[in-house]
Amino acid sequence: MFAIVALDIFEPYGFQFFRNGLIVATIAGALCGLLGVFVILRGMSYIGHGLSHAVFGGAAASAVIKINYFLGAGLWGIISGLLIARVARRRVIGADAAIGVVTTASFALGLALMNRYGQASKSIEAVLFGSVLGVKVVDIYAVSVVGLLGLAVVVLGYRKLLFTTFDRDVAQVSNVQVSFVEAVLLAMISLTILVTMRVIGTLLISALLVIPAASARMTTNSFSRLLWVSPIVGAVSCFLGMNLSYHLDTSASATIILLDALVFVIVYGLAGVKSRTKMASLGHL
Amino acid sequence: MLNRNDSPLVVCEHVSCTYGNAPVVNDVYLKINRREFVGIVGPSGSGKTTLLKAIIGAQPVAHGSITIQPQLTIGYVPQVETVDWYFPVTVEEVIVMTRSKSSWWPRITKTESIAVREVLEKLGIADCAHRHIRELSGGQQQRVFLARAMFCQPDILVLDEPTAGVDVRTRHEILHLLADLHSEGLTILLTTHDLNGLAAHLPRLVCFNKTIIADGNPREVLTSQVLEATYGAPMEVLEHGGMPLVVDHGRVTMRNEGK
Repeated sequence: MFAIVALDIFEPYGFQFFRNGLIVATIAGALCGLLGVFVILRGMSYIGHGLSHAVFGGAAASAVIKINYFLGAGLWGIISGLLIARVARRRVIGADAAIGVVTTASFALGLALMNRYGQASKSIEAVLFGSVLGVKVVDIYAVSVVGLLGLAVVVLGYRKLLFTTFDRDVAQVSNVQVSFVEAVLLAMISLTILVTMRVIGTLLISALLVIPAASARMTTNSFSRLLWVSPIVGAVSCFLGMNLSYHLDTSASATIILLDALVFVIVYGLAGVKSRTKMASLGHL
Repeated sequence: MLNRNDSPLVVCEHVSCTYGNAPVVNDVYLKINRREFVGIVGPSGSGKTTLLKAIIGAQPVAHGSITIQPQLTIGYVPQVETVDWYFPVTVEEVIVMTRSKSSWWPRITKTESIAVREVLEKLGIADCAHRHIRELSGGQQQRVFLARAMFCQPDILVLDEPTAGVDVRTRHEILHLLADLHSEGLTILLTTHDLNGLAAHLPRLVCFNKTIIADGNPREVLTSQVLEATYGAPMEVLEHGGMPLVVDHGRVTMRNEGK
């Protein structure tokens, strides 16, 4: 009897929190997959990692001074993103070091604030590893808005994004506002992290930006195809991962990312040597 | 009053560029007129690429000024080595990129496709349009980026080491292609370290090592004094078939030689 109940795949859909979490995770998976294409082709995976830590600092700070999470953490994330872009461009110190300084300091500040003013260590765990229980209806609106915005940016800015990603110098010579395009992209990644963080958590979010896009990269040599294969991989793995996590009683974010990693390994195995060479340009990951 | 067609396209005055604190380009004065074909020669690390990037506006200038004629369209061909050949794009997509300022529509339109075909046909690689850039030969790769630069109908074509890493036949093809484009009225500026294969054929040479050492016709410029000052190594200039031929003296004796 127990086994039948446990295998009932529709059982979790009876819970409001699960339905909310599932919607947020699926849209977030598609969005991360879409922006992940730029993250992997630009070698920005470390920026994704860093920004999620920076947003954590913003989340903690906005909780302490009691302002809206999306407003506080969002502003914080965007400012850190722009700061990283600015410091990295100056080339006085390397981009990786710049990111290291800005984001770990922000993360440490967040931790210290939560220790000092937070209610319990439980909420820290929720922020670090994500929690389906914490997802509210407002999160669905937020992720939908950012999802549509991300789609609009990629569709309307397709040519400029492709040009600056492939050949920054020549794009600049061709009068494309390279810095503006990069700032918009960083802001979009910050916003994505912001609205995804409550489900996936700070620590594992960068995997969602990297793995689906890297898997998709092995299947195609076309940039435009990559832009829809990667979001599909991201969305499907988030959807299935959420369901699995309920039945296996594992953390949602861990299950999603393990599923993504499994997809990567399978594609890698099936791709053969020739297709694997497509990964060569991702050597800096 | 100067006519727009008579005024120089590019004027560099006392231009210096630094990388960190190290000066890479020092006090350069260079004027490029319409319909000129200019080659900048110098050893690796002499700052040729930096000067080129400063001219196209991709490298900040520390001192001095670079004046570019207003509304000048520059077609830039980067060094083939700097291109990420694994990037997921087709030849057609690479060429249409230069239109990203004027159109937001993500898909390549029919008109653009026809225009791409025209440029590719002109450069003799019409069948490559839908191939991935990785699947091209060295000569084709160079032509694709030349095609991209030509696609925006530039006033001046700027090429960084167009013959680096290509075989003799490809080098000849590229040289002929550039000569044809020049005879059609295009202004061309390029860098090279290939003295005999490329530089000696050009109408105007600038010998460069952080600063300009000599500027003029290859016959005037290619002398052993100038080359020694440029390359820091002894060199001799002979004449072969009416062209200057540079021979370097860097002879190394190998073990067991002549046995």
